[in-house]
Amino acid sequence: MDAILIQILNGLDKGGAYALIALGLTLTFGTLGVVNFAHGALFMLGAFCAVLFNKLLTFSTKVKDESITFFDAYKEQPYLELWFGDLGTTIIDYSVPLSILFAIPVMLLIGVIMERGLIKHFYKREHADQILVTFGLAIVIQEIIRHFFGANPIPMPPPEIVSGSAPLGAMLGLNENLVYPWWRLIYLAFSLLIIGAVFAFLKFTTFGMVVRAGMADRETVELLGINVQKRFTIVFGIATVVAGLAGVMYAPILPPDYHMGMDFLVLSFVVVVVGGMGSLGGAVLAGFMLGLLQSFASMNEVKSILPGIDQIIIYLVAVVILLVRPRGLMGREGVFED
Amino acid sequence: MKNDNKTPTLDRRGFLKASVATGLAASSPFFIQNAFAKGETFRNAPKAGAKTITLGFNVPQTGAYADEGADELRAFKLAVKHLNGEGDGGMMNTFKPSALKGNGVLGKKVAFVTGDTQTKSDAARASAKRMIEKDGVLMISGGSSSGVAIAVQGLCQEMGTMFMAGLTHSNDTTGKDKRRYGFRHFFNAKMTGSALGPVLKEEMGTDRKAYHLTSDYTWGWTQEESIKETTEGLGWKTVKTVKTPVGAGDFSQYITPILNSGADTLILNHYGKDMINSLTQSVQFGLRDKQVNGKNFEIIVPLYSRLMAQGAGKNLQGILGTTNWNWALTDEGSKAFVKSFGKEYGNPPSQAAHTCYVQTLLYANACEVAGTFYPPEVIKALEGFKFDGMGNGKTEYRAEDHQCFKDVLVVRGNEKPTSQFDLLKIVKQVPRSAVEYDAKIFGGDLGPYKV
Repeated sequence: MDAILIQILNGLDKGGAYALIALGLTLTFGTLGVVNFAHGALFMLGAFCAVLFNKLLTFSTKVKDESITFFDAYKEQPYLELWFGDLGTTIIDYSVPLSILFAIPVMLLIGVIMERGLIKHFYKREHADQILVTFGLAIVIQEIIRHFFGANPIPMPPPEIVSGSAPLGAMLGLNENLVYPWWRLIYLAFSLLIIGAVFAFLKFTTFGMVVRAGMADRETVELLGINVQKRFTIVFGIATVVAGLAGVMYAPILPPDYHMGMDFLVLSFVVVVVGGMGSLGGAVLAGFMLGLLQSFASMNEVKSILPGIDQIIIYLVAVVILLVRPRGLMGREGVFED
Repeated sequence: MKNDNKTPTLDRRGFLKASVATGLAASSPFFIQNAFAKGETFRNAPKAGAKTITLGFNVPQTGAYADEGADELRAFKLAVKHLNGEGDGGMMNTFKPSALKGNGVLGKKVAFVTGDTQTKSDAARASAKRMIEKDGVLMISGGSSSGVAIAVQGLCQEMGTMFMAGLTHSNDTTGKDKRRYGFRHFFNAKMTGSALGPVLKEEMGTDRKAYHLTSDYTWGWTQEESIKETTEGLGWKTVKTVKTPVGAGDFSQYITPILNSGADTLILNHYGKDMINSLTQSVQFGLRDKQVNGKNFEIIVPLYSRLMAQGAGKNLQGILGTTNWNWALTDEGSKAFVKSFGKEYGNPPSQAAHTCYVQTLLYANACEVAGTFYPPEVIKALEGFKFDGMGNGKTEYRAEDHQCFKDVLVVRGNEKPTSQFDLLKIVKQVPRSAVEYDAKIFGGDLGPYKV
């Protein structure tokens, strides 16, 4: 029972990350018709927003390191600690959640610049061109990050208060040994919150209604005199912010490195295809479903029967679903079909 | 009168002349071969009058080990500087017996080219091949992966070029895949197991249940095998060994099954980015706070590096492992090297930097001792070479497998660091005699001197 619960939670929080990235991908594809291979890089940029914000908070003065006698070495003393003492230390401790405030405008700006500066020139080009240019862009972004932050993962600890594990067993009246990392639980809650917010935005606001209408039938909406393009640009920005926030909050789970976006990108594309191209609900459903499947496939009991199944389960299920439902779980007719 | 009809006879003088001529003719191939061998007939032999020789430093400049590669490159540049008589000389002042003069190697200045292995065997081989064929290098060095080292070592054997391995820890490098043209100064997984065993017994007892997470390539396999052999020798049980793909990123799916496996010890046969991620996530899943079988759950990271410790942060504090060298050692060689490297770059060197620096000096010294760059002679000068003053105490390049034997450091992630670099605390300096093993146990064949 404990093992099953742990696998469910593990699958859900992994699925949360897949769902958030796939949601952004689907938004971009559904509105602008662009297959954005740079979306994984945006997730990575989000994580590096957390790193950069932490670096800003820990901007330091150099103090000679007297403990090193062989050569002149210096250690860093953050100004925040010098100026505010314990309060400064606390602010630095909370750098990851605080960096959300920093990441939102930064990612929005990156999204708008990316769309206006590059992507818009490829709307009328073939999907192959879009894939090439966005993939190229992803590599450029990666290399820029590697240049400034190095290739090694940078640890980004969560706030001290949630750095340990939640005593789930004691809380639920189960085995007392049953624990689960606090931050992963927070991530799961956060991903559900963001997914809910995006859906609510599209469902309950006029802006969202126009976007949905535009996704369904762009020509008709434009004939009504609505500037759909402008709204879609904003949607691209929102998709960028969603990917970025997914990255910011993932930083304590997986120390960010310049390559982390690529690791998620491939899986997220599978999620989008399984969910159904252009279907927001499908992306979320498939994200959680594939996360859970991957988690259960990694149990030793399963692997002892089918060795290596954890590595291929997602692709295997994708093949089966596409054979049974070629448009994915919730795909609509006519999307990505000539 | 001259008798033209006289039958030819051989007089004493004629016999002597004929003997000398025949002897000379018969032995000329050897003379010629040896003369050329030492001067011209081997690949990339320096041309007569050449003022420089070129070495190839093939390190990961991109990919997961890029920071380690960058530190290796710093060390190579420093070694070249010292060989050419620039700077403070570093360990050239403490290395003995040394034939190095500080005027290059055999009177020729040392130049170098660099390549990017990308931590991929095929890219590393392509880069090494370019260095040998286009840049004319006499020796290749670098790391930081056993898969890469074994691939490049094989290529160097085929092409008759010396390979002085950088950071590579798999038993196979000087075991089943050893090559006559390849030499490893770094220690290996077998030595890690031998060094770690007594400390594990002392600190964790003889009744433990171990669970291994292992990188799925040559280094991970051999480390798992060596550590398993050691811990089972202590009386520990191995609950399960699980292979993980290199660069898995999120290890939670491998960690969650450990929670209910009954294991009380996790052995992470991971390196670089994998180790940082798997350790961080293991700590997040509460493994270090857990009590199993009435004991505190323990994590062991058999191969440590200071750069990894930087990445893992405080998660590594208190965890046991081994290392080839540490900048905090106080012998004269280490002090000289740290001072020189620190002055140049503002950081102490990593163990990867140390081994690369030492390998470059050892190659140069072997050329001086052999009096030639001809690889078979250089190889003979390195085989069985005993030296000191390079930071590891008395060291020997064993002739049978080209593995260096020296003391091994058992370290612990420092719980009370006194400086930003003070990340590893030396628990024990295990003497060479305790980590030595019979070269025959891993099989393999060095191959010929002449290729």
